[in-house]
Amino acid sequence: MPYLGGEETVRELKRALSNPNVQAEPLRYRNTVLRVVRAMSQGVNVSGLFSEMVKACATVDVVQKKLVYMFLCSYASLNPELSLLVINTLRKDCQDPNPMVRSLALRNMSNLRLPSLVEYVEQPLTAGLRDRAACVRRVAVLGWAKLYNLQPGSDIDAAVVNELYSLLRDPDPVVMVNCLRALDEILKEEGGVVINKPITHHLLNRMKECDVWGQCEVLRVLQRYRPQSDDELFDILSLLDASLVSPHPPVMAATLSLFLSLCADLPAVSLAALERVSGPLLAACGSGSREMRFTALCHIQLLMRSVPGLMGPHFKRFFCGYAEPAYIKQRKMQIMVELVNDENVSMLLDELKGYCTDVNTDTAQAAIQAIGHIGRSYSDRCLEILTGLLGLKQDHITSAVVQTLRDLVWVCPQCSDTVCSALEGCEETLQDSQGRQALLWLLGVYGDGVSSAPYTLEAFIDGVKSEVSLGVKMELLTATMRLFLTRPAETQDMLGRLLHYCIEEETDMCVRDLGLLYYHLLKCGIEETRNVLQGRRSDPSLGVLIGRPAQPISQWACSFNTLEPLKKGGTVTQTASRGSPEHEASKPKTAVELPETLDCSTISPIPLFWKCWRLKLSVV
Amino acid sequence: MIRQLFILSSKGDPLLFRDFRGETGDDVVNVFYQKVTALPGDQPPVVMTLRDLHFLHIRQGGLYWVATTTADSSPFTIVEFLNRLAALVKDYCGGLSEKSVQMNFALIYELLDEVLDYGHIQTTSSDMLKNFLQSEAVSSRPFSLFDLSNVGLFGADTQQSKVAPSSAAARPIQASREQGGRSEIFVDVVERMSVVVGSNGVLMKADVEGEIRVKCFMPSCSEIRIGLNEELSIGKSQLRGYGAAVRVDRCSFHQGVRLDEFDSHRILRLCPSQGEQTVMQYQLTDDLPTAPPFRLFPTIERDGTGRLILFLKLRCDLPPKSSAVNVCASVPVPKGAVSLSQELSSPDQSAELQSQNRAVVWQIPRLAGGTQLSALFKLDVPGLSSASMLEVGPVGLSFELPKFSATGLQIRFLRLSPVQPAPSQRWVRYVTHSDSYSIRI
Repeated sequence: MPYLGGEETVRELKRALSNPNVQAEPLRYRNTVLRVVRAMSQGVNVSGLFSEMVKACATVDVVQKKLVYMFLCSYASLNPELSLLVINTLRKDCQDPNPMVRSLALRNMSNLRLPSLVEYVEQPLTAGLRDRAACVRRVAVLGWAKLYNLQPGSDIDAAVVNELYSLLRDPDPVVMVNCLRALDEILKEEGGVVINKPITHHLLNRMKECDVWGQCEVLRVLQRYRPQSDDELFDILSLLDASLVSPHPPVMAATLSLFLSLCADLPAVSLAALERVSGPLLAACGSGSREMRFTALCHIQLLMRSVPGLMGPHFKRFFCGYAEPAYIKQRKMQIMVELVNDENVSMLLDELKGYCTDVNTDTAQAAIQAIGHIGRSYSDRCLEILTGLLGLKQDHITSAVVQTLRDLVWVCPQCSDTVCSALEGCEETLQDSQGRQALLWLLGVYGDGVSSAPYTLEAFIDGVKSEVSLGVKMELLTATMRLFLTRPAETQDMLGRLLHYCIEEETDMCVRDLGLLYYHLLKCGIEETRNVLQGRRSDPSLGVLIGRPAQPISQWACSFNTLEPLKKGGTVTQTASRGSPEHEASKPKTAVELPETLDCSTISPIPLFWKCWRLKLSVV
Repeated sequence: MIRQLFILSSKGDPLLFRDFRGETGDDVVNVFYQKVTALPGDQPPVVMTLRDLHFLHIRQGGLYWVATTTADSSPFTIVEFLNRLAALVKDYCGGLSEKSVQMNFALIYELLDEVLDYGHIQTTSSDMLKNFLQSEAVSSRPFSLFDLSNVGLFGADTQQSKVAPSSAAARPIQASREQGGRSEIFVDVVERMSVVVGSNGVLMKADVEGEIRVKCFMPSCSEIRIGLNEELSIGKSQLRGYGAAVRVDRCSFHQGVRLDEFDSHRILRLCPSQGEQTVMQYQLTDDLPTAPPFRLFPTIERDGTGRLILFLKLRCDLPPKSSAVNVCASVPVPKGAVSLSQELSSPDQSAELQSQNRAVVWQIPRLAGGTQLSALFKLDVPGLSSASMLEVGPVGLSFELPKFSATGLQIRFLRLSPVQPAPSQRWVRYVTHSDSYSIRI
């Protein structure tokens, strides 16, 4: 965001910086520099002050030095020539007796990001690698990585690489970890730092000295190592067991990642590791930080793909807190659905029922979908809850319930009677197109069971002129056709009106084509129509209902401990945005059969449209 | 690896921005904020992606702490790091708010420089960092008369000085170095309860997450010993001592804690570094030693004129000596409720209808153990039907229970060794919060 009045500020700061009186007083000088940096972080372009700031850099005040360096690093690329002036000061600081000043100078020298200055930086960096103070060596090691990334494609200096490898034995653990990071970046094209047996064992032995972040880095790098024998493998595994159940989630996750990559060929060992890690993961689900909770939940979902029963005894831990954000609630519900069994089903449904009236509509709809999902195994109880919710007469709830009922009937046709009796009167509350499409599909397919179906459709047909949703119009056509087949006497008249409207008045090509298609289909005779339209009422691919089969760990192991599981949608496919359940069926049989059932010779009356819908058919 | 890191205020003003790698453009802050504002609600997902930019953020102190990173980075590491960074900023600035970040931006830049180099995390230990940080923290706490209430007339010591004000620990740690900062140590036992009570009053779920935090303001502290209840048992099978045992299911300790006296005497030994650290974390599932602190007896009915009548009795089952503060019950009510009339049992309570959240919020500043309060709410809901009663969903309670730990964990003693030369003050505090306390109707 451009900061208003920026130019005025810059002029004023420039005056103050070059005022000898200000420069004479250290505190005033520092405060002026502080104001420059503050302006910079607020988005004011203060690059014009570069030469004044270069002067301000020659000071004994460390705080002022830090501020000036930060300024210089931000604007160096705009003033390469002036930056050359800084180098001298920086090189002098690199000789300072105070290690803090040395490391500061070295860090900022390598942060200038100017390829033209590389030659001046190399010498202090080489000296820095052998400095007495660990904090200087830390900076120097990473400095080499910065230098190489500054000149991509340049030759790699073997001497530096060797020196970095030897610094893996540095007494300071942070220097060691920084060496791994630097070598990884310098040798990127050769596949990163080489991890052989001696290095592996050295790193494993020194892991205890590292802090959490260092341990994670070491564990990440070790994933490249392949143990030479089973004995060695199990030695490593038992050495790492303590970090597998570490109270620090980052260490725990990095260790599990390493376990999974080491034991890729030993599924039994990997499964045991998953069991072991479930405790710390659950603890992370109760963490005070909600972002950490979310991360842990997403990874639990990943684990459950291979061990569906992993969290079974702990299902109560996934009950939602009433103040939790919607993204956590939705993940918890997805997990709860997977954990349903005969013992806990009534408790879980009680809990989910409470979420259906949540203020957040997304949460409410997700809860309703979750209940529908459980309904595939426990249909009676779920139907009772779902039909009860219809009584609330709220549009978002009714819409979600009707969609859920449609999906439920598609997999459990035995529920159809209850569903049919629940549908009466829904059309008054439904507002959104998704919900109305679902209602129309149900009325078309199960119209014989809903006594008021023709009247509901008639109301839709009367309002078709003002209908905006394409999906609803298409669904309405199909539903009316289907109802005509089961209840011809009541539907004939309105079907005629609808077809007339669609063919003569409708402007949308898809609707018009579908209308024409049905019109000609009817001309082919009622039997043909029945063949086409009264297809399956349920998903034939579903036999006995069983839980989701366990996937091999290798399917998700590579995305464990990455950002992938946290992204939207997660592992469960969203079923929200489709019209009717057939569209999701694996084999679109009816669509393939269509061209065969049509006799092209009978469609002479309106030749003009023929082209259009042949196009349409080929698309199908 | 962290490419950039920035802090945004809740309104989207950039407070701090640092680019560690110089690989991507500067407008990432705007890209992020546009993505946040484009979403409905105020709960953007933790991870957001735009082409090869991956944003990961946390919310702390009303601020967005955002890191951009690569797709293969560990989310655990980055979330934990951002949390740790926020804790460090809180330690060094004495509090987390837009104002304190703005006032101390130079200090935070300095901190960031030491904590991250080229996007790699270097160290977050305050022991190491204190050698490198030079800027002074600017405390943003405004002058308040309440600060004076602890000082007696003419500086005399009053009874009140035995109790530290709750804000005592909210100050920058570095102030203790010079300028009269007291040499103090706070040990807090903080527990969070998540409880579900069924409609028949049966406890469905009761979990407690607890931690012992040490906040140290001493410039040099060699070792402290924290003694816990001797009868504390860990896990289901173990039982120690006689009588009412204090039990937790799992516990884990900070790396620096020495546990050689833990098994025999339940003593934790550690050398705390300056600032705040969590020494021990523990969980207890489904087995509270005492009755849940609150019970609710609701009566809901419709009267003849189509009004919804809610009669709530809230009983506090804490021991008579303790009490709950800042109790807030939120009762979901049917959509479209327009007006509320209320009868509350005492004048310090208040209640309001929040139509945006579709809830009646009943605030009780203080509720003593063993007492009972009642409230009668009459709501006008046009078109109230019998099905609408379903919408009167689970009641959520939030509260604080000072000087109370739900698991019964106590700190027997807190010893500093060797004995400090300067007078030092030791504080032990207990508090139990509600993480989520819901009572079904």
